[in-house]
Amino acid sequence: MSATGQVPLLALNQVSKEFGGIHALTDISLEVRPHEIVGVIGPNGAGKTTAFNVITGAYRASRGEVLLDGTPITAEPSHRIARAGIARTFQNIRLFADMTVWEHLLVAQPHSEFPLRRLLPMRWGSPQALRRAQEVLEFFDLGAVRDRLARSLPYGIQRKVEMARAVTARPKLLLLDEPVAGMNHDEADTIRKLMQKLRNTGLSILLIEHDMAFVMNLCDRLYVLDFGVMIASGLPAEIRANPAVLDAYLGAAA
Amino acid sequence: MLAQQLVNGLTLGAVYTLIALSFSLVMGILGVLNLAITELFMLGGYFGFTVIMAHLPLPLALVAGMAGAAIVAIVIEKLGYQPFRTAPVVTPMLSTLGFSIILQNVVTNLWGSDPLQLADEVLTQRYTLGGVSVSAMQLTVMGATIVLVAALAFVVQRTSMGRALRAVAENRDVARLLGVSASRVTLIAFMLSGALAGAAGVLIGLHYAAITPYIGVEIGLKAIAVMVIGGTTRIWGALIAGPLIGVLEVMTVAYGGSQVRDFVVYGFMILILLLRPQGLLGGSRSDQGQRV
Amino acid sequence: MMSTYYAGLLADVGILLLGALSVYIILATGQLSLGNAGFMGIGAYMTSYLTVIAGVPVTLALVVAAVASGAIGVVVGFPALRLKGIYLAMATLGFGEMVRSFFLNLGAMGGSEGFHGMHHISLGYIWTWAAAILLLIVILERSRVWLDMRAVRDDETAAGLVGLNATTIKVGAFGFGAAVAAISGGLFAHHHVYIEPGNFSFERSIDFVLAVILGGSTVGPGALVGAALLVMLPEYLRFLAEWRFAAFGALLVAMLLVRRQGLLDRAMFRVFALRRAA
Repeated sequence: MSATGQVPLLALNQVSKEFGGIHALTDISLEVRPHEIVGVIGPNGAGKTTAFNVITGAYRASRGEVLLDGTPITAEPSHRIARAGIARTFQNIRLFADMTVWEHLLVAQPHSEFPLRRLLPMRWGSPQALRRAQEVLEFFDLGAVRDRLARSLPYGIQRKVEMARAVTARPKLLLLDEPVAGMNHDEADTIRKLMQKLRNTGLSILLIEHDMAFVMNLCDRLYVLDFGVMIASGLPAEIRANPAVLDAYLGAAA
Repeated sequence: MLAQQLVNGLTLGAVYTLIALSFSLVMGILGVLNLAITELFMLGGYFGFTVIMAHLPLPLALVAGMAGAAIVAIVIEKLGYQPFRTAPVVTPMLSTLGFSIILQNVVTNLWGSDPLQLADEVLTQRYTLGGVSVSAMQLTVMGATIVLVAALAFVVQRTSMGRALRAVAENRDVARLLGVSASRVTLIAFMLSGALAGAAGVLIGLHYAAITPYIGVEIGLKAIAVMVIGGTTRIWGALIAGPLIGVLEVMTVAYGGSQVRDFVVYGFMILILLLRPQGLLGGSRSDQGQRV
Repeated sequence: MMSTYYAGLLADVGILLLGALSVYIILATGQLSLGNAGFMGIGAYMTSYLTVIAGVPVTLALVVAAVASGAIGVVVGFPALRLKGIYLAMATLGFGEMVRSFFLNLGAMGGSEGFHGMHHISLGYIWTWAAAILLLIVILERSRVWLDMRAVRDDETAAGLVGLNATTIKVGAFGFGAAVAAISGGLFAHHHVYIEPGNFSFERSIDFVLAVILGGSTVGPGALVGAALLVMLPEYLRFLAEWRFAAFGALLVAMLLVRRQGLLDRAMFRVFALRRAA
């Protein structure tokens, strides 16, 4: 429970994850509230992506729990967690190799309540799905590449497609794993504006990123991980001045 | 009786071991299931028979079978594997399937689909060891297998080529960084596996004194099960699994009827794939250990 | 009036089409099955038992056998989830051989002597089934269900993250494929009116795979092109005669090299759709 007594959107309580003898995460606690953009930063190998994998159900926490709107999702399979409202993108973009952008937006839609509808050609069976896909397409300004195979598109556009796919089912929480990696300043700025737009539509975002300027500019709050342990958390200004954080980064570089 | 069946089983098992080693070499080093091996096995047998029927000595037949199969294996490596080496492994597998279809058709056209029979059986002297009757042919099959396996072990463990094979099996990219020529290793792997399969073909042909173009599918395919049971990526698993499956199969025929033998062998294979995918000889699941 | 010989060829195309479609359906989820002849055999023996011994009309027998085979497919599909790529291929190969061996041993249905007594069905009947199932698949390909299957094939993890249950999808595909293969078997049995375990061997499974890979592995009609190719081409290339298998082997390698998706692909259909819309 957060300080105000409100149930946070996402909460990790003392989550640990071990692989054999390796302690990838140790007693991690964090939360994301509605309408927030929260960042997770830390040197490479700190466990940030592992934390994402635990949240989305790719890994099962060794200890601790993950709660969505107060409900434990620690042991749920990935697809059910996705349906519950958590979406994510990946560090190495994972698009569907053989699908067009449009098809990505269709396949990300929730299934209709009538199973038989799923057997009908999409053109007839799901007008709402088509409308929603069109909406997302326009939001992300992907109209021009609608029928192109996603893997044939330039890197920056692929990242947008991945985000668009994640957002299509109207998730409550969006996990972004290094959304602006490898981008130049203008491309990163486009993504930043998109993320703010998304936040304004009611979405919360938890993101992993190395680009400090990007993170400081955008996030409401930050968590800092190092060697699987939470070493600091707070407002960007506080984090920037925190000696432990500087140590972690400089220590890793040294 | 039991001991007799054991001897028969070990003879069949020896042949299985050779073919399974053949599959395992390519699988362990390249991760590819070379489906042409079943027909290289068959082809080796035909080469060997050609030599025997020309009244040339037995060892020459073995050499002919091995060399012939090895050469065809090289052709397959160049045309059927190299173009697909960067594709997902299922693709070169399908390509080798294409070659196996070609090979079987070629042999059927050149030699006919009826069994090719030797005029007289070879090495028919029988010896009695402790109440069990063993034919000289059976001893030859087992003996030749032991020699070939020992030779392979020598190559793999003691030569620089063997070291290269093992390196590529462990980690292809690192091996290349260390200067190992992956393409040369691949060629050697295919060649060795062809030679082993060819040897097996000669030996089984001599043992039955007859050969057909279908032994590849009838006998060779089961060696895949042997490879899996022994441990797909641990080639020496074949040394245990070969005799084991040979004996199992012979026992099944003796006590259950020949119709169920494939059911039992493949059933065992599927159980291993599901319950212990690393095979009998494999270490713990995550332990890769020595592949080659 | 068509010659009996030609009618026989067309019947073979229809039967092979269904077998190829059974592989195609399962392949659509990224799983390569080298043992669908096993499901074909189950369908053949089951329908034959029902029509010859139980006196059931052939259409009902086909439906029952398809459902039963589908159930077996689902059962096979669950453990298959644990295996990928070549390991799955090996396991399905083993399954197919186990089924063949099972029927070799089933004295009640003739064992190695085979089984006969089925009454002959017409070419029209075969193609009613074949066309209906092909049409069903062509329609399904445009549905959400097929999009889900393609997502699982392309990236199972990402598919899970958009809410798709990969387990249900992959197992379901096995079941559906098994059912279609069973119908192929039932039609085969009542067309040739004699069956034996050797009809449902590894080579048969390979025929199915060959038809899909050559004809087009990403669209349903590819199976039709592949089946037609495998059955009819030798008729037009008589000079090939005894070398036709070698030709197909070579064609397989060439296709993998030059056009991996096979003759027909999605891009072709997109072109047609765009042309029509324009």
